[in-house]
Amino acid sequence: MDLDALAGCLSSSACLVTQTTSGLIIGMLLFLVAVGLTLIFGVLKIVNFSHGAFYMFGAYFAMTAYQLTGSFALAMLAGAAGTAILGLIFERVFMSRVYGADVLMQLLVCYAFVLIFDDVVRLIWGPEFRSMGMPAAFQVMPLFIAGGVVPPYYLLLIGVALVAAIVLGIGLSRSRIGKVIRAAAHNPGMVSALGINTGLIYGGVFALGGMLAGLAGALAAPVRSLTPGMGFSVLIESFIVTVIGGMGSILGALIGALLLGLIRSYGSVGFPLFTEGLMYLFMVIVLVSKPTGLFGKEAA
Amino acid sequence: MTRTRTPGISRRSTLALMGAGAMSVAAPWVARAQAKTIKIGMPTILSGRVAQLGTSSRNAVLLEVEKVNAAGGLAGRQIEMVIRDSKGQPQEAARVARELVNTDGCEWLIDGEASSGSFAVHEVARDLGVLCVHTCSEASSLTADPKQHIPNAFRCVRQGIHDSIVGGSYAAAISKAKGLKKWATCSPDYAYGRDTTGEFTLYLKRFAPDVEVISDSWPKLFQPDYTEVVTKILQAKPQALYSCLWGGDLTSWIDQANIYAMFGQMEVFAVNMADYTALTVVKNLPKGIHSGNRYIKTFPATPENAAWGDAYKAKYNEYPTNWSWQNATAVMFLAEAAKKVNSTDGKKIAEVLKGLTIKCPFGADGTVTMRGDDHTLVGYAIGWGTTIPQEPYVPEVKAGDWKTIFELEAEWKKSKGYT
Repeated sequence: MDLDALAGCLSSSACLVTQTTSGLIIGMLLFLVAVGLTLIFGVLKIVNFSHGAFYMFGAYFAMTAYQLTGSFALAMLAGAAGTAILGLIFERVFMSRVYGADVLMQLLVCYAFVLIFDDVVRLIWGPEFRSMGMPAAFQVMPLFIAGGVVPPYYLLLIGVALVAAIVLGIGLSRSRIGKVIRAAAHNPGMVSALGINTGLIYGGVFALGGMLAGLAGALAAPVRSLTPGMGFSVLIESFIVTVIGGMGSILGALIGALLLGLIRSYGSVGFPLFTEGLMYLFMVIVLVSKPTGLFGKEAA
Repeated sequence: MTRTRTPGISRRSTLALMGAGAMSVAAPWVARAQAKTIKIGMPTILSGRVAQLGTSSRNAVLLEVEKVNAAGGLAGRQIEMVIRDSKGQPQEAARVARELVNTDGCEWLIDGEASSGSFAVHEVARDLGVLCVHTCSEASSLTADPKQHIPNAFRCVRQGIHDSIVGGSYAAAISKAKGLKKWATCSPDYAYGRDTTGEFTLYLKRFAPDVEVISDSWPKLFQPDYTEVVTKILQAKPQALYSCLWGGDLTSWIDQANIYAMFGQMEVFAVNMADYTALTVVKNLPKGIHSGNRYIKTFPATPENAAWGDAYKAKYNEYPTNWSWQNATAVMFLAEAAKKVNSTDGKKIAEVLKGLTIKCPFGADGTVTMRGDDHTLVGYAIGWGTTIPQEPYVPEVKAGDWKTIFELEAEWKKSKGYT
C-alpha cells in the first residue's frame, strides 16, 4: 500500500490526466466486451461463457485484414463484421438448441466452444503469439495535456466505444427494433404471438453481442499480443463488470466498466500489490449492498 | 536316480518370472535396457500460451537426434524420442514423465518444462532413479539447493543468477556512465519475476551503490492490458527501467508503452528481449532496448553458431529460441557421454556427465561444461547488448565474464545457505 503515492497523484494534474485517461481506456474496452455479454443475458437469459472467444476472433480477423489490405478501417470492419456473422451462426446452429435447458447444460456447451474456438485459432493462425502492429497514422507522439500523457490512438478507442454506447442506448430505447428486442426479453411468447420471428431477434442480439466483443478485440489488436485463449482473461473482467453494473443493464455495464478501469488505474498507484484484489473487493461490496448490481432490476 | 518333474511351471521358473515381472514394473528402463533403439521421453509444453517455446524445444531435440542417429546412434542404438504435451501444468508434467518411463519404456528423460513443471519432473526422476536432463528451467535453486540434488539429474540451462550477475554488472556500468540513479522495475508477479528482479537489483546496487529503485510494478502473468502499469512508470519518472517480462507479455507491454513514447523517456533493460520469439513479433521495435542474450545466431559470433541457427531456420522456417539451444546442448552432452562410455546405461552416463566439457556452438569459448558439484551448465555464451529494429537485432553484445560469475555465484550460494 502506497498512500503517499496515491495522494501525490491525486494532487498532481499530470498524474490525474494520465491515470484518468488510463482508467477510461481500460474501462471503455471492457465496456464493449461486457455490454455484449449483458445484452445477450438480458434478452436470451444465457450466460455466454464463450463470449471471450468473440473478442479473440475480432482481434485475429482484424490482424488478418490489416495484413492483407494495410487498411486500419477495413481491419476494424473485418473484426466487427466477422464476429457478427460468427455470432449469428453460433446462436442459430448451437445455442438455439439449449434455450430452456438446464443452466449447467448451457454452461457446458459454452465451455466446450471456448476450447473448440481456441483450437480453431491455433489451427488457422498457429499456437504462437502474434502482433498486428500500430498503424502508421497512430505512430505519433502522445498528446501532453496539463502535463499528463494521452496517446491519440486511445482517444480514438474511447471515442469509438462512446459512440457504440450512445447508439446502443438510443437504439434500444427509441427505435422500433429496440422496443421489439426489449419486448422479446420481457415476454417472448407474446412477441411471437404477434407474428414477430423471435428466432431472428435472438440471432440478431447474439450477432450484435459478438460484434461488440469483436470490435473490442479489433481495437485492442494493435496494442495487445494475440494468442489462442486471449479471450479468457477479458471474459473474467467482463463478468465482474456485469455483476457490478447489474446483469442485463447497458448503463450498468458502462458505469461498471468505467469504475473498474479507474480502480485499476489508481489502484496500481496506491495499492500496487492489491490492484486485482481491489476489483473483487469492490464487487463484493456492491453485491452485499445491492445484490442485483448497481443498475440491475429485481426479478418480477 | 531320476528326478521327476510335475507338469506346469516350476517353483524356480515362477520365482524367475515374478522377479522379472517385478523388475519390469519397478524399473522398466532396466528391464528394457537391451532394446535395439533407446527411447528417450520428453515432457514439454506443446499447447497453451507457452506452446511456441515447447515446440522450439522439441524441434531442437529432433534436429540434434537426427544427427546422432545418422552418425550411428548412442553406443550403436538409434534414438527414438517420445515427446508428450504437459500443457504447462506441473501435475501433468509429473504424470507424463512417469508414464513415459513406466508405460512407454523410456530409459532417459529430457525435461522440457518451465520451472514449475521441472521441479515436479525432478521428483519423478528422484523416485524412479532414471537419468534426467532438465533443459528449460532457469530457477537457480533447482541445482544450487543441495536438497534438490540427486545423482541422476542434470540441468542444461542458463541460470537466473548468472543472468542477474551479468545484467547487474552491465547495467551498473551504463548507470555510472549516464548517471542513471533512479530506477523502476516492472516484472511478472510470480516466482521467476520476483526472484530474477530481486537478483538483478541486488547486483545492480552492488556494482553501482548509489542506484535507488523508486517504483516497482508487478503485472500478473499473461495480463492483457498494461496501460495502468505504463502510466504508473511514467508518473514515477525513473531514469532507467528493468523488466523480465517475456514472450507475449513482453510484446504487449512494448506495444502499449510505445504509444506513450516511454522508450524515449528512460533507458530500458529487458532481459528477455533478445530472443527471436519477441524480436520478430514486435512490429515497431524501439531502438536501444538493453537486453540479455537469449538466443541470437550472432552471439557468440562464430560460424558454428550461425550455421546452427540457419540450419534450424531452414528446417522449421523460423528462428530458434532460448529453449532451443539448451535442448540441443542436452542432446550433444548425452551423445558425447554415451560415446565416452560406449554404453547407454543411465548410471554410467550420469558418472561421465559430471564435469564433462564438450565442444558446442553456444559456448563462450566454443565449449560448455556440465559442472560436477551441482550438475549444472556453465561456460555458455552470456552477455548484454542493445536492440535495433532489424536483423541482426542486437549488433553488439558485451560478453559476461565467467570468472566474475563464478566468484559472485559462490558468494550468493553461501548467502542462501546452499554451501
